[in-house]
Amino acid sequence: MADVKTAAPEVGTVNPVRGSLWWDAWYELRKRAIFWLSMVILFVAVAMAAFPGLFASLGPNERCDLRLFNQAPSGAAVFGYDQQGCDYWSQIVHGARASILIGLAVTVFALLIAIVLGLIGGYYGGWIDALIARVTDVFFGIPFVLGATVILVAFPDHGVWAMTLVLVVLGWTTMTRLMRAQVIAVRDMDFVTAARMLGAGDLRIMFKHILPNAIAPVFVLAMLNVGNVIAGEATLDYLGVGLQYPDVSWGLQLNTARTFFSEHPHLLIFPSLFLTATVLSFLMLGDVVRDALDPKLR
Amino acid sequence: MRYAAQRLAQAVPVFVATTFLIYAMVFALPGDPMLALAGDKPVPPEILNTLRERYNLNDPLIVQYGLYMLGLFQGDLGETFTGQQVSELLGGRWEVTAQLALTAWIFELVVGILLGVIAALRRGGFADTAVLAGTTFIIAVPVFVVGYTAQIVLGLNLGLFPTAGTEDGWPLSYLLPGMVLGSFSLAYVARLTRTSLVENLRSDYVRTASAKGMRRRRVIGRHALRNSLIPVVTFLGVDFGNLMAGAVVTEGIFNLPGIGQQVFQSIQLQEGPVVVGIVTVLVMIFIGVNLIVDLLYGVLDPRIRRG
Repeated sequence: MADVKTAAPEVGTVNPVRGSLWWDAWYELRKRAIFWLSMVILFVAVAMAAFPGLFASLGPNERCDLRLFNQAPSGAAVFGYDQQGCDYWSQIVHGARASILIGLAVTVFALLIAIVLGLIGGYYGGWIDALIARVTDVFFGIPFVLGATVILVAFPDHGVWAMTLVLVVLGWTTMTRLMRAQVIAVRDMDFVTAARMLGAGDLRIMFKHILPNAIAPVFVLAMLNVGNVIAGEATLDYLGVGLQYPDVSWGLQLNTARTFFSEHPHLLIFPSLFLTATVLSFLMLGDVVRDALDPKLR
Repeated sequence: MRYAAQRLAQAVPVFVATTFLIYAMVFALPGDPMLALAGDKPVPPEILNTLRERYNLNDPLIVQYGLYMLGLFQGDLGETFTGQQVSELLGGRWEVTAQLALTAWIFELVVGILLGVIAALRRGGFADTAVLAGTTFIIAVPVFVVGYTAQIVLGLNLGLFPTAGTEDGWPLSYLLPGMVLGSFSLAYVARLTRTSLVENLRSDYVRTASAKGMRRRRVIGRHALRNSLIPVVTFLGVDFGNLMAGAVVTEGIFNLPGIGQQVFQSIQLQEGPVVVGIVTVLVMIFIGVNLIVDLLYGVLDPRIRRG
């Protein structure tokens, strides 16, 4: 196992040698306006999640005044107030953390599972591959919203990390399938045979030779996945089975907004706007990276 | 035939494992349903025990599950803790959800493929950019936001569609909810059709067909499009099961009395038998549809059957 640990970081820091796939991709990407647009939005969103104090002067659920409840945007509060009378702008800024943390954490864990299982299944084949494929099928067979609702109701005291776990359990299958297919496509190529003849071990072949050549489409799927997880988490919050008050998240804000939205549309509009912009940026980023990585589409 | 048998043999353990997983999770729900049923009144332990016996709650989980599945295949979905038949409770609701899912499915099939073909044929042009931008946007907006916006703008403000309930029957009452439910998958269908068709339009056999002097319309319709639709058909097949399950949110917004609404209420009321009944049947549909799609896929593409 020591071999894995030393090999892994080299994979993470893909060295953009001139003429390599990743260098070409970067060369393509930096000319695309959409790439920079989504990078800027994501930079702001991540900054909001990491340092909410930079954007909002108030803490979450701080200095709320019930007398101001649901008040429309005005000079004093550009985004108005929520149904507890809290400054809506501050609440929305603090809502970024849950969404982005869950989106990124779920994707990273799912990606790790996909890499490990995909490599093992695709490389060795045989019964272990069949076993992994069947387990993947089982989890793939659970409908997302229903499955998540059932688990979350069974374990009612859940915070951000429990949500992450549930979303990983239901969300690792697609990436694993793609990773396995990629590994199978690469496994019999000449450079792998060459490495084996030079005496490289299985782990070295898997991580040094197969992984870097198989990961690109999975990496793109992971980027798209961040957006999808954020939207999925918001849906669960909205249904009332996700995060609970006093947690602050965009999904929860939309949950409360639904009772008041026809008279107080600002409650619905602002969190939707932030949520959509963030999800959209991840999706656009995934799209442009895919185009850049796939020379066939050029 | 061997392919079909092999595929069927794979589906059975998946089905058993998935349903067991759901069964175990639901019955891990905290709280004793028998005590909840009794309310504030103290219940004599004998009665409690008789009740538990009746619902097999004293047996180990695996036996409970086995008994339950046995009943299920005889058309018995069990009864709720208040004695109502689950299948009765769901009677009219399946229709609502099936109609909703069907509306959404037809919508995404027709409009999705149409948009995808237009985008692919005008690749790089205005229509293509518009379809790409529009579909990305639809995927990014959470379905409940799409739902409320559609309800306010198209239903209340413009008065084009009924906004809630099923009084106007199919298809009128289901148009707006169906479009909302189908919008997400519609975006995928459009993009999948586009990518697939763009790739096929460049392939050698299309060039050969054009070189033989075949008309462009026929080249696209008979050769390129037909091959391009294979992945789209797979997606559409799998998606029907997804739509049935995804109806929870849409049914809530548009107040449609379907199974999605029921499952959600039951989860919150901790009515385990109802939840398991519905989710198990949904999983059956999901896996069954997958199986049929895979078999059809083998018919469409001989490489899979013989490979």
